[in-house]
Amino acid sequence: MSKTLFEKIWDKHIVKTIDGGPSVLYIDKHLIHEVTSPQAFAGIEKRGIQIFRPKQIVATADHNVPTLNQHLPIKEQLSRLQVETLIKNCANHNIELYGLGHPYQGIVHVIGPELGITQPGMTIVCGDSHTSTHGAFGSIAFGIGTSEVEMVFATQCLLQSKPKQMRINVNGSLKKAVLAKDIVLYILAKISASGATGYAVEYAGSTIRSLSMEGRMTVCNMSIEMGARCGLIAPDETTFNYMQGKKFAPQGNDWDKALQYWKTLYSDDDATFDKEINIDAADISPMITYGTNPGMGIGVNELIPSDSAINEGDRPSFEKAMKYMGIAPGAAIKGQKVDYVFIGSCTNSRIEDLRLVANFVKGKHKAKDVEVWIVPGSKQVEQQAKNEGIDKIFEEAGFQLRQPGCSACLGMNEDKIPAGKYCISTSNRNFEGRQGAGARTLLASPLSAAAAAITGHVTDVSELI
Amino acid sequence: MSKNKISIIHSGFVPLNIENVDTDQIIPARFLKATTREGFGKNLFRDWRYENDDETKPKKDFALNNPKYRGEILVAGKNFGCGSSREHAAWAIHDYGFRAVVSSFFADIFKNNALNNGVLPVTVSESFLKKIFALNEDATISISLPDQTITIDATGEKENFEINSYKKECLINGFDDIDYLINIKSDIEKFESARSI
Repeated sequence: MSKTLFEKIWDKHIVKTIDGGPSVLYIDKHLIHEVTSPQAFAGIEKRGIQIFRPKQIVATADHNVPTLNQHLPIKEQLSRLQVETLIKNCANHNIELYGLGHPYQGIVHVIGPELGITQPGMTIVCGDSHTSTHGAFGSIAFGIGTSEVEMVFATQCLLQSKPKQMRINVNGSLKKAVLAKDIVLYILAKISASGATGYAVEYAGSTIRSLSMEGRMTVCNMSIEMGARCGLIAPDETTFNYMQGKKFAPQGNDWDKALQYWKTLYSDDDATFDKEINIDAADISPMITYGTNPGMGIGVNELIPSDSAINEGDRPSFEKAMKYMGIAPGAAIKGQKVDYVFIGSCTNSRIEDLRLVANFVKGKHKAKDVEVWIVPGSKQVEQQAKNEGIDKIFEEAGFQLRQPGCSACLGMNEDKIPAGKYCISTSNRNFEGRQGAGARTLLASPLSAAAAAITGHVTDVSELI
Repeated sequence: MSKNKISIIHSGFVPLNIENVDTDQIIPARFLKATTREGFGKNLFRDWRYENDDETKPKKDFALNNPKYRGEILVAGKNFGCGSSREHAAWAIHDYGFRAVVSSFFADIFKNNALNNGVLPVTVSESFLKKIFALNEDATISISLPDQTITIDATGEKENFEINSYKKECLINGFDDIDYLINIKSDIEKFESARSI
């Protein structure tokens, strides 16, 4: 029987299925961090049970860590306690931890792929919704709650219902200065922040194929913003080239064997999808969000919808969003002043993102009243940026290169955007208060964010390249 | 964790006529620094509830601050619980005293988290949701998990809701997934050894 990519992986991981209920899904890799794991550790300790497969778990500290002076003790007491709790729990339960100070430390969704922990065909979970990122390698990867973290600790399994199947095909050549981030913001604007709820989404088509692994990760990362259970892309030569030689990737004969299997991971020609969406890459411009969910995005040269363009039922939420953002319906977004620029997060903090930004800003300087934070996704990204002299370019441009962590994406550490200020951000969520109470977030690509850093306002980056 | 059993909920409700309520609103990230599951209720909808994060300044127009709205049922617009996977959102809702959330559409991860924490997500039609939002402040609602029905008490208007039979049994009996999984460990071990051959 013909199968989708998702179904091929899913079927291989089903331990059993409960009559009239969910299936028992076996989990290959479990990534954990300091914020969503402590209660799960406490839970298994209370039950008096051991972690079932500690070798299949990898931990890092990312959500809560400072991005300056990481060699010093964490100042904020609760953050420090959470990070220390992770260290203690990992030591007690024999779990590999890449904590602060470790050369592999970083955002959990950046380090998994760059270390080769993330591999095609796997099931991967983490107590973080952006686990969908790892689907870029052709794996089933999704975010879970803390009770589920506890279940995976106890049994390496989860009870899951099979999601419906959606395929989003993007074909054709991208316009100048249009990046993977613009593709996914465009899809979100088309199908809305709940458009893929209940689905596993496969991204396909020539445009997706032409993306680097970094670009594919950016697309899959934001699958959750459409409500999707997960997003995935069939592995191909781009994937295999990226994987080869990575620290935990299979080596020698194991590599050959793995490769043979990975090459079977694609949706069969006659596989059926519950829903299919086709997008012409040429229709996509540099995108920016104007509202308070990631589906509220437009091309940078378009106008914000006017009240009358919004369905009556949706109007109260739209008006609430506009009021929060301090933006007028029907107005242009281009020219909107920005106060902060944040380039980072599990969506866009990889070396390719930093290279693109550095290449664009070389010889330029940030606008006077704008604060620019570049937060690399991992210690390895930070080191690579320094090796390539990217740190110098940022310094000359007046951009601050900080240390790795989730940072201003969710403002759990001290990297918060002040109330009322506008931040153009390469992260994934523009929810009210996401980057700090009262902060106003405009989501965009790293190039669009860099352009705004230079001009001090929302800019069509394609005009500057 | 042993969860509260759910069977029949009969109570007033708190209406939150807002769509796409994300988990950052339900419990802002700055409150995720705890290492226990308790005490999140006081920060539920923190930034919608108080002016400038000040507990002495409740926002008057926010439903949770309206003493006329009471009960164990939260009613919200479509796509409730989108965004972050933080289970703290379900803990906060439960800790505040809600036992059910009614919406026309729930985000996936939130729905699982709610079910794992003794909070029943009840999906109703858009038109039924509208009817609830139009009710008076003192109206009551009855939810029967065994019958899978939700009823507006004053008018008797009723709608059925979906839940898979496994989860339904779990909630009625207070079982959780982890008990089930631990009990089938030998199946899991067999699965592992069959895979490695």
